[in-house]
Amino acid sequence: MHLAQEATTGFFYLAPWLVFAPLLGLLINLIFGRWFSETMVGTVASLASGAAFLVSVLLTLSLSANHGEVVRWRLAEWIHIGALQLDWTFRVDSLSTTMMLVVSGVGTLIHIYAIGYMHEDVRFKNDVGRFRRFFVYLNLFIAMMMILVSGDSYMMLFVGWEGVGLCSFLLIGFWYELDTLGRPSWANSNAAKKAFIVNRIGDFGFLIAGFIMFWALGSFQFDEVFEAAEGAAPGVIMAITLLMLVGVAGKSAQIPLYVWLPDAMAGPTPVSALIHAATMVTAGVYLITRSAELYTLVPQAQYIVALTGAVTALFAATIAVGQYDIKKVLAYSTISQLGFMVAAVGMGAFVAGMFHLVTHAFFKALLFLSAGSVILGVERGHHHAEHAHHGKGKKGKRKEEKSHDEHAEGHGEVFDPNDMRNMGGMRKTMPTTYWLYMIGTLALAGIVPFAGFWSKDEILLDASLHFPLIYWLLSIAAFFTAFYMGRQIWMVFFGEPRHEAAAHAEESPRVITVPLMVLAFLSVVGGALNLPFEGFHNLGHWLEHTLHEVESLPLNLGVAGISTILALAAIYLSWLIYGRNPLRAGEVDPLKRRLGAIFSGAENKWYVDELYHAIIVTPFVKISQFLADVIDWRFWHDWFHETVIAGTYNWLSNIALNRYADQQGIDAAANGLASITQWLSVTLRKIQNGFVRSYALSVLLGVVLIVGYLILK
Amino acid sequence: MVPVNYYIVLSAILFTIGAVGVLTRRNALIIFMSVELMLNSANLAFVAFSSVIKSFTGQIFVFFVIAVAAAEVAVGLALIVEIFKSKRSIDVDQMSSLKG
Repeated sequence: MHLAQEATTGFFYLAPWLVFAPLLGLLINLIFGRWFSETMVGTVASLASGAAFLVSVLLTLSLSANHGEVVRWRLAEWIHIGALQLDWTFRVDSLSTTMMLVVSGVGTLIHIYAIGYMHEDVRFKNDVGRFRRFFVYLNLFIAMMMILVSGDSYMMLFVGWEGVGLCSFLLIGFWYELDTLGRPSWANSNAAKKAFIVNRIGDFGFLIAGFIMFWALGSFQFDEVFEAAEGAAPGVIMAITLLMLVGVAGKSAQIPLYVWLPDAMAGPTPVSALIHAATMVTAGVYLITRSAELYTLVPQAQYIVALTGAVTALFAATIAVGQYDIKKVLAYSTISQLGFMVAAVGMGAFVAGMFHLVTHAFFKALLFLSAGSVILGVERGHHHAEHAHHGKGKKGKRKEEKSHDEHAEGHGEVFDPNDMRNMGGMRKTMPTTYWLYMIGTLALAGIVPFAGFWSKDEILLDASLHFPLIYWLLSIAAFFTAFYMGRQIWMVFFGEPRHEAAAHAEESPRVITVPLMVLAFLSVVGGALNLPFEGFHNLGHWLEHTLHEVESLPLNLGVAGISTILALAAIYLSWLIYGRNPLRAGEVDPLKRRLGAIFSGAENKWYVDELYHAIIVTPFVKISQFLADVIDWRFWHDWFHETVIAGTYNWLSNIALNRYADQQGIDAAANGLASITQWLSVTLRKIQNGFVRSYALSVLLGVVLIVGYLILK
Repeated sequence: MVPVNYYIVLSAILFTIGAVGVLTRRNALIIFMSVELMLNSANLAFVAFSSVIKSFTGQIFVFFVIAVAAAEVAVGLALIVEIFKSKRSIDVDQMSSLKG
């Protein structure tokens, strides 16, 4: 280990602990976890993640003391083949530390939350033993995410990129033998496979981009690539950036590869919050920001990126309006917000994109975790209601557990605790969660002065200055954002309970609500990171060390005013539709009554899954079957292997070798030798007759012969 | 002085008698005696030639032959005794267990 950059003081030598602290936690839980209590397992995992956060803070402080100069800490040699010189180097600069802080900070809060959440989740699903596994995966995720954000080359980034993809797969399929309602099914594992496979398509693009990069620019290391890119042909850079966009579309759930993210909600809620909202899915945004110097070389590619993001933002926002599953709404909202970020970085507003990434991590994690709290509350209420029916009041813990088991055996009615149509009126039963959810909603909707307002406004402002089309797409998306969040609030927390479960819902314990309060605090004040006033722009100045050219735009009251009015109008509209006359149990969604087919389209995700199924999955399955049956089995196996190869071989061995060479050559020689020996022995044994006198006679005859010869010669 | 030819002829006759005895008789003792006869016919020839060429070499050979014959008889008779113990017979034709 040595310092790549000279003259640095500070805590940079701690950089490897970003990865090794979570790995250590993982190993402790993996090896000794079976003897730990649940609290102990959760504490170890949280401390491991917390250690990574601490290291991130120390690195940030050291970097700040170092005037933001990039520091590269080489840990190990990785691949050295010819011109390919890859090391495991930690890159500490203002961009990577920003990501580290978000990942480990939000990650640690979610670890703590998960102690409470998984405690109940494993009990609702009757597999307490899986508690430890969850934290092992979660720590692995933090380690992989750290590799991703701290890598100093595209290949190291790719290692983390694939690593977080794996963790995503493992955690979406955490309840792999169930579906989201807890019934035995392969639905969850199918969701995991879908996420993994769709991401493979994106990674394919990323890999090709990497190959072209190495072929044309001769390196994977960020600085070397950027330096070489300036003299390279624009076509090459165009290819690299667009193929990278394919990777981004996969990981950050952009059109056309976003379809995996809604299904990824099959994972436990802390996973949805950590991986599928706050951190992993922002890796694509990070990648584009990291490659800022490549993207700024090709404005056309930038525009394509921005347009992809803006269209995704609007498209996903419209779907979110038609969803009933509380987590699905948030999932489409995440896609939409990721669209905002991608649009921002595509427009070259890297600071705005990163700013929105950070604030989004706060308020979307808050929303998801609050939604998890709501779901748990409803589940508790559901069990409570069942219990009240069966047990007629409390009869001690044993009885209660038995009643749980009975429930797990299955009552006729399947209850979906995620369905907003089963909720309603929960501001009374879950007041803390209600307020937390409210803060998250206001932040997401972009209401002053919550964090989302500042970051979204910065994106909109940038768009309004340079890209009017994108500005309008994003503004409409922002309108829908406020609308579906308003709809969610009215449906979940206001009105009357539409199901016994919601009526009996209970507030979550403090282990769940305290991390939420921290996130809520951050969602309120997160905007202070980059206030658009003279003398602030803190994040902008901080990222300037890495991104070099940063536009610090002042607050534009026109843009801010329009977006605020749009948001307020959307919330008012949602109140008119959902708040004024609350939905009653069994009633059809009021918007569906008014819009009919359009709402059904949104409800069914504009039939994109069906479209993909028809144009990709079905032909793919057909081709696979054709290949398997006709090509592989009939042609390759039956004809080529059985007839041609095996037939020739059999003929050769049977006729040529067996009959001629073996039977008539080798066998004949061996048998002939044996017959000669036999004949000889049969003949010669007659001489050995056992009569001494005959031997004596032969001796005599021999003597006579020899003597006769000697005499007569 | 008896001519040497007579000795040689007598020796040849004795040797032939011995050889025929070895080949025709089945009694081991008789065979032994026949062998002795053959040895002694050879001794006779040695002595006869020794006196003709005036050399003691032939007579020394005879001493060796007598000594070897004695040893041979000693070993041979011991063998015959052992064979008789197991077979209750000294018929050499019955000693054919090495027949091929």
